[in-house]
Amino acid sequence: MTLAEQEKRFQEKIDNEIKIEPNDWMPDAYRQTLIRQISQHAHSEVVGMLPEGNWITRAPNLRRKAVLLAKVQDEAGHGLYLYSATETLGADREQTIDDLHSGKAKYSSIFNYPALTWADIGAIGWLVDGAAIMNQVALCRTSYGPYARAMVKICKEESFHQRQGYESLMVLCNGTPQQKAMAQDALNRFWWPALMMFGPNDAESTHSEQSINWKIKRFTNDELRQSFVDATVPQAEILGLTIPDPNLKWNEERGHYDFSEINWDEFWQVVKGNGPCNKERIEARVKAKQNGLWVREAANAYAKKRAMKKSA
Amino acid sequence: MQQPALFEYVLRMADDSLILGQRLGEWCGHGPILEEDIAMTNISLDLIGQAISLYDLAAELEGGGKTHDDLAFLRFENQYKNVLLVEQPNGDFAMTMLRQFFFDAFRKPLYEALCKSPITQLAAIAEKSLKETRYHLKHSSEWVIRMGDGTEESHQRAQAAIDHLWRYTAELFYEDTIDEQLQAQQQVPVLKEIQAAWMETVKAVLSEATLVLPTNNWKFEGGRQGRHSEHMGYLLAELQYMQRAYPDMQW
Amino acid sequence: MSNTEWPLWEVFIRSKQGLNHKHVGSLRAPDATLALENARDVYTRRSEGISIWVVESSNIHATDIDEVAEFFEPSDTKIYRHPTFYEVPEGVKHM
Ligand SMILES: [Fe+2]
Ligand SMILES: [Fe+2]
Ligand SMILES: [Fe+2]
Repeated sequence: MTLAEQEKRFQEKIDNEIKIEPNDWMPDAYRQTLIRQISQHAHSEVVGMLPEGNWITRAPNLRRKAVLLAKVQDEAGHGLYLYSATETLGADREQTIDDLHSGKAKYSSIFNYPALTWADIGAIGWLVDGAAIMNQVALCRTSYGPYARAMVKICKEESFHQRQGYESLMVLCNGTPQQKAMAQDALNRFWWPALMMFGPNDAESTHSEQSINWKIKRFTNDELRQSFVDATVPQAEILGLTIPDPNLKWNEERGHYDFSEINWDEFWQVVKGNGPCNKERIEARVKAKQNGLWVREAANAYAKKRAMKKSA
Repeated sequence: MQQPALFEYVLRMADDSLILGQRLGEWCGHGPILEEDIAMTNISLDLIGQAISLYDLAAELEGGGKTHDDLAFLRFENQYKNVLLVEQPNGDFAMTMLRQFFFDAFRKPLYEALCKSPITQLAAIAEKSLKETRYHLKHSSEWVIRMGDGTEESHQRAQAAIDHLWRYTAELFYEDTIDEQLQAQQQVPVLKEIQAAWMETVKAVLSEATLVLPTNNWKFEGGRQGRHSEHMGYLLAELQYMQRAYPDMQW
Repeated sequence: MSNTEWPLWEVFIRSKQGLNHKHVGSLRAPDATLALENARDVYTRRSEGISIWVVESSNIHATDIDEVAEFFEPSDTKIYRHPTFYEVPEGVKHM
């Protein structure tokens, strides 16, 4: 079969909603796009453990401590499922992680913002996991089988993440004036970074069109961002919180909320490494890997010794 | 309070679980590999769950209408009665796993014995916690063996952790009038018996791990009486931060 | 594989008595014992299983994608292996 024929066959499968599996023929660019996107997603899950993990030791009561631990632990699991998906494409986990540490690979910029107060933990669950879910639900039907299956599992687990965050903010909003102010402050700081999570505007997005054709992505950045705003505004109203955007208003004609332009300078600066916590986040992950080196080595050495004893 | 000795006994157990769970929680996001990060978080979650059940029981015994959170968050340092072992800093993975191993090897026979306690609420907690603890001990033992019999570096790190932590292990078997009262009524086990089981586990695992018991048997204690190490203040500063900074609020 | 990277394992879980073990994903572990423990922690946090199998990924042999036609298509034409191939008069029960 010629390359052109293979490509045609591949696109037919995609068009007929037939999933692509690890050993199937696929265009090299499809493979590379997937490795880039899935590993970026995996890194986001793992780096995403850090801002929230930062509050585990300070959680205000035992129930919240357990919930937060379980939530952050889930994110480690999500990272792991996704690294596994990249490994089915021939990418090695260790290499993938080294690319994160060297700055070659990206992760979601939202995690470069600091979690300053307990209300931030609520806001992260509500807004950040909320935005992630918006993305991830769309990805459950992505064309690459292992990625789609990982997303299905992840979405099932994510459902409690957003709820626990919202519930926690609800308690603050029904609490003392200090607590309510803390919640409003968290929303003020996380609203715009959450909207940035959907990536650049469609016009600016370099990978979008091809990814849509390959059904890696099923909705554009702007479509998902709009759905998120539409879903979130009424939730903020129930909390009694004000979304920090003077131009936010319902557009009867479009059937959607209008909102202000995102500060794209800030977006690109944070992507390029100039966010408030980029350096700390990567440092923490590099340190974890380095400190774990002798542990992983030891376990391998032990396994080798045991195997030798067995065969001797 | 009708049963002050039992209250104190349960509180000691609850504090052990909480403080060790708190320490393990510090690893979340920083483990040596994702798989182990998840494993340590699971142990931490089990311990916090045990702490909740034990504080609930303690609060009931105290009868003052306190909640598990009041007990967990709103005492002064000298009112926490955990052993010094569990408050020791995480150090490297060897220090964390050896600390865990020494504790699990103690908790398992303790829970086994408490399953038979006539205090039904305590027996019920012991039964549920025993399953969790068996798994913790299995996991920490596996790691002690792999580190001990792994590379030269891992062997040295594991041995260093044993040599450092050894001084805190005797306190696991600390007994005073609280224990004696309850033992006299056969409500709780004699710790000498637990210690024998503990020693057996420790010896078996360390020998498989090619690690050795320290010869210096100088011991530290004080936690059970509320006299802690310098590390405890910092641990509590984080643990209690929200409750202290925002008194009397619901979260 | 570097000496600090652990081998890859495939994880299969029986979700309840009476069902097959089903592939759920993979993970890294230095040996079978820890692979089982890691699988328990990673894949059964919400009571998803009552039994776990782990198999080192390098031990799995798979059909070749280039042989799909000769492997699987011949059975497509043998429709007489399916009960719906046969007609049974109306009124015949328990068949
Ligand atoms: Fe996430
Ligand atoms: Fe996640
Ligand atoms: Fe999440």
